[in-house]
Amino acid sequence: MTDELCDLTGSELAAKIAGGEVSATEIVESSLRRIEAVDDEVRAFLTRTPEVALERAAELDAHRGTGAPQHAVAGIPVALKDVLATQGIRTTCGSLILEEYVPPYECTAWARLSGHGSVLMGKTNCDEFAMGSSNENSAFGPVRNPWDLSRVPGGSSGGSAAAVAAGEVVWALGTDTGGSVRQPASLCGVVGLKPTYGLISRYGLIAFASSLDTVGALTRSVRDAALLLSAIAGKDHRDATSLDESVPDYVGGLDGGVEGLRVGVVAEAFGEGVEPGVSDAVRASIDRLAAMGAVVGDATLPHAEYTLSAYYLIAPSEASSNLARYDGVRYGFRAEGGADSVEMMSLTRGQGFGPEVKRRVMLGTYALSAGYYEAYYGQAQKVRTLIIRDYERMFEDFDLLVSPTSPTTAFPIGAKVDDPLAMYLNDIFTIPANLAGVPAISVPCGLDDAGLPVGLQLTAPVLGERLLLRAANALEGDLGLVLRPPLLTGV
Amino acid sequence: MAVEIDIEHVARLARLALSEEEIGQLREQLPLILEHAAKVGEVAADDVPPTAYAIPRANVYREDDPEPSLPQSEALANAPEQDDGRFKVPRIVEGG
Repeated sequence: MTDELCDLTGSELAAKIAGGEVSATEIVESSLRRIEAVDDEVRAFLTRTPEVALERAAELDAHRGTGAPQHAVAGIPVALKDVLATQGIRTTCGSLILEEYVPPYECTAWARLSGHGSVLMGKTNCDEFAMGSSNENSAFGPVRNPWDLSRVPGGSSGGSAAAVAAGEVVWALGTDTGGSVRQPASLCGVVGLKPTYGLISRYGLIAFASSLDTVGALTRSVRDAALLLSAIAGKDHRDATSLDESVPDYVGGLDGGVEGLRVGVVAEAFGEGVEPGVSDAVRASIDRLAAMGAVVGDATLPHAEYTLSAYYLIAPSEASSNLARYDGVRYGFRAEGGADSVEMMSLTRGQGFGPEVKRRVMLGTYALSAGYYEAYYGQAQKVRTLIIRDYERMFEDFDLLVSPTSPTTAFPIGAKVDDPLAMYLNDIFTIPANLAGVPAISVPCGLDDAGLPVGLQLTAPVLGERLLLRAANALEGDLGLVLRPPLLTGV
Repeated sequence: MAVEIDIEHVARLARLALSEEEIGQLREQLPLILEHAAKVGEVAADDVPPTAYAIPRANVYREDDPEPSLPQSEALANAPEQDDGRFKVPRIVEGG
């Protein structure tokens, strides 16, 4: 079996385009063939945009004929998680309430990629309003993991992770509020980068929890993650929380290695509930980092045990406020039969939202309601301060922290749907970075006994992306894993 | 710490019409989740300031230059019901 163009990385394809070896049209056709071959089984896409993609590729090829320089992302097929607004292209958030919604505006992350010549292949499935860790909360049915179709791809950016793993696209954007880029990346054997809060504009990222939401990249190499980040990071006046920092060259510093880097192993992340296959693979990779010259020591986040509690107050509280806009008035689904506006809104929301969204809207509404605000939301925000202090203390002693990305590998579809607390535990190692706003990346570091991918998470201080990507790149190069889901055998 | 929650009251606040089955499930699940969440109270001492945003920004200004806004037709394009350039809704005034 020969590799298709769509199995190469974005960096490799960019070099081939620049060298005149391949055209954007050939790459896009390769991606379309793969989607056609596997997506009926993987179900990563909610909306496909083949005509727009081919048209775009033809324009790029014509433009290249003029000899004008092109950005490295030009001509590379990308998928966007369906919570990112695309002008003129349906954007559902995995929800019935937005099933027919066609945004009149473009999210900044995609506007920037598009401006550089990136080619959109479609919108990917996700947990409804990005609330979930298995993709089973999508109103349009779950995505299936390319490594084992009976298992979940993780969530909430499950469609983006699966599409990248299966070669349907070269890379994809997702969003990460409590681990929604890193956890599915881990479960699908791809790279998942959540940058510093505010580094990528949230404009057009349909809000779940505004103080935590981050756009992130899902790729098949660390270099590609650096490339994508370089293309979309930076100040945007449409997002007041976007950081006014100059964007460094994330690709240029990748080959610096880990010699002398102080790497702290997060003690709390190797305890109860972590599958042996996960901790074994992560520990073996930590040994590799040490062998390459990293100085490995023991780190601790003393308030780690409170992160889940704080998150499940802060995120639902913000969600209950953000999702108040879905009332059947200006856009989206409207239920029939409401005698007055309030009844219409209640029926619309009751019929339009799925169980997990309702659960979180109820939690958040309760936590913010009169008499309970201080005991829940107020206290959770204090815990957030304590977690930030934990990180500050650790980053005095260490350049980076390391842990598993998720306690488990991909689990069977249906295994945890009836137990919200068990499901929430999937994100126990990824949530702290969101609460503290620090960047983190999940890198594939091996397979467990069942042949399922394991992800290792590196975490850096605020705006430490260059260091984060450099270390991740060193580990990726040293491990030299060839990650090809069994699904692709014979494709 | 057992939490008693008036599910119907919270659902009214959230404008969520729930079925009897959903109310029953939430009555079981929310107290369990909140019991877990209430752990935040164990460590959130009085002298710890709250954090709303991990990377605080204050007074973010931009130049006060007018920019084009969404044309009315586009703003209305997704409306479930519209009339004469406006969003149309069922009656709002009680007893009207």
